Amino acid sequence: MSQIAQPVVEIRNLAKSYRRGDQVVSVLTNITFDIAAGDYVALMGPSGSGKSTLLNLIAGIDKPDSGVLRVGGIDITSLGEAELANWRSRNVGFIFQFYNLMPVLTAFENVELPLLLTDLPSRERADHVNAALSMVGLADRMEHFPSELSGGQQQRVAIARAIITDPTILVADEPTGDLDRVSAEDVLNMLGQLNRELGKTIIMVTHDPHSAANAHTVQHLDKGELRIEN
Amino acid sequence: MYYLKLILRNAMRHKLRTGLTVLGIVVAILAFGLLRTVVDAWYHGSDAASKTRLITRNSISLVFSMPLTYSSKIRQMEGVKAVSHANWFGGVYVTEKNFFPQFAVQASTYFDLYPEYLVPPGQMRDFQRDRKGALVGRKLVDAYGFKVGDQVSLRGTIFPGTWEFVVRGIYDGTEKNTDTAQFFFHWDYLNETMKRTAPRRANSVGVYVISLASADRAAEVAATVDHEFRNSLAETLTETEQAFQLGFVSMTEAIVVAIKIVSFLVIFIIMAVMANTMAMTVRERMAEYATLKALGFGPGHLTLLIFGESLAIAAFGSALGIALTFPVADKFGKAMGTLFPVFYVNSETLIMQMCAGLIVGAVAALLPCVRAANMRIVDGLRSVG
Ligand SMILES: Nc1ncnc2c1ncn2[C@@H]1O[C@H](COP(=O)(O)OP(=O)(O)O)[C@@H](O)[C@H]1O
Ligand SMILES: [Mg+2]
Repeated sequence: MSQIAQPVVEIRNLAKSYRRGDQVVSVLTNITFDIAAGDYVALMGPSGSGKSTLLNLIAGIDKPDSGVLRVGGIDITSLGEAELANWRSRNVGFIFQFYNLMPVLTAFENVELPLLLTDLPSRERADHVNAALSMVGLADRMEHFPSELSGGQQQRVAIARAIITDPTILVADEPTGDLDRVSAEDVLNMLGQLNRELGKTIIMVTHDPHSAANAHTVQHLDKGELRIEN
Repeated sequence: MYYLKLILRNAMRHKLRTGLTVLGIVVAILAFGLLRTVVDAWYHGSDAASKTRLITRNSISLVFSMPLTYSSKIRQMEGVKAVSHANWFGGVYVTEKNFFPQFAVQASTYFDLYPEYLVPPGQMRDFQRDRKGALVGRKLVDAYGFKVGDQVSLRGTIFPGTWEFVVRGIYDGTEKNTDTAQFFFHWDYLNETMKRTAPRRANSVGVYVISLASADRAAEVAATVDHEFRNSLAETLTETEQAFQLGFVSMTEAIVVAIKIVSFLVIFIIMAVMANTMAMTVRERMAEYATLKALGFGPGHLTLLIFGESLAIAAFGSALGIALTFPVADKFGKAMGTLFPVFYVNSETLIMQMCAGLIVGAVAALLPCVRAANMRIVDGLRSVG
């Protein structure tokens, strides 16, 4: 279990349903749990159990129907569209299953992207990008386009992009889902390192028990409800 | 800088698609420019018309003439500075295809009323002295290779027979829109010949040209002239040169309107094509726009990227199209020979081409922008895999 610390994410009675045609499909019902600062949480569960939905709510790219959701002490359900976007740019680092890099931007430019929303001058932006890319071991690939990189390398660029703004939480949805075993191991090691050495709070969706073994806490979702196991 | 880079690279992602779109815009803007220029060429006579000249003709129709005696009466009227007269000759040079207007003009007075025709003084003197002399415009020189001293014969259609002339001078225009595709000769030569061959048709004038002391007396002088000849054998209709020229254009108005409609249709079609391209492009990139939104970029950023890309493509195509309009219009004008005596791309056409290009780019981006701005992030992200 995680160490006793201030919860960075507080979730109370969270519910979410989707409308499909004129049918309302309940995806999450009554989710309650905390994530401590510096924790590394794996969200597990069968396909369609609502893992991604929960992660998207925490990351502020989707809105719950009801319940309380506080991240870093801020009730993000009460934020408007623009405020929420601004909040995400400062507080959330995204890692996607398919990397979601801009294909027309180099590794350097992709990592620089979130910094365009800050008022850092370009010299300082470059310093940050260089540091982040060095950290993920891609200092020699800065000028490469995503199509010139392997899947594992692309995901490392995405990790660099996720940490470049020093966000409150890192969210990763099946970050190894599209990778071969070796690259997957690489990415998991990197996340572990970010958590251990930089104290990053990580929330990772996975259906792979081996990946989940890297995390400190595992939350099991089943049919939209939580089962806690240690 | 960063955004510009992103916009331009996005525009170049599908080279073939962008290339074809640019090609379409080039063709559309070029066609638009050419068609507008044709319309302008059609109206050139009225555009170039002087505000200080009136044209008096027989009120029944241009086909009917007026007595020569009107000349001295008009000259004495208040507000009239000078009077000259002319007849439409309507002859054929070698073959019917070689169309250019020929006028029999009162040589001693006519060119005082048309300061926009520039003739070297020596040539003017030679023309005045030679009863069979002719003055030809620069465009005719370019088209038919006339030189000073050349014998030119015209086959008369209104005035029967073969008429021989000697080119005594060549005139240029002081303005870009001066008509230099005309052929002038002595009205006296025409009249003397008619006295011999068809005396009943002698001493008759097609149009009187009146030079005004001041442009704001046009209406007043016109009324005076027409009043003077009311209830006479040949009643007159006097109007400004511009109104007179527009009268010609209105005969062919339907064609002009059709050309105008087609010119806008061309723009409308390329707008639809470009809108389709942008819609396709943006739909393909929804996951990327969703990612940008997730990272905190707002609808304004997406609008900048999408509008920017659309405008960049449209601006590039338009610039090429506009640049091509000049040489193509030049070729086209030459190929049309003397049918369009004045044929050049004016600044109004250029501005309309630029506006058309910008409107095409902006309209094409409109719907994709709205779609991307309203797209929910989770839906956009799901379109990835
Ligand atoms: N944007 C959406 N619109 C409609 N239904 C959705 C949407 N997102 C998820 N769902 C539905 O919600 C359920 C849970 O989806 P998801 O959270 O993606 O599951 P998991 O990530 O655990 O596989 C699924 O039945 C899915 O079809
Ligand atoms: Mg999922």
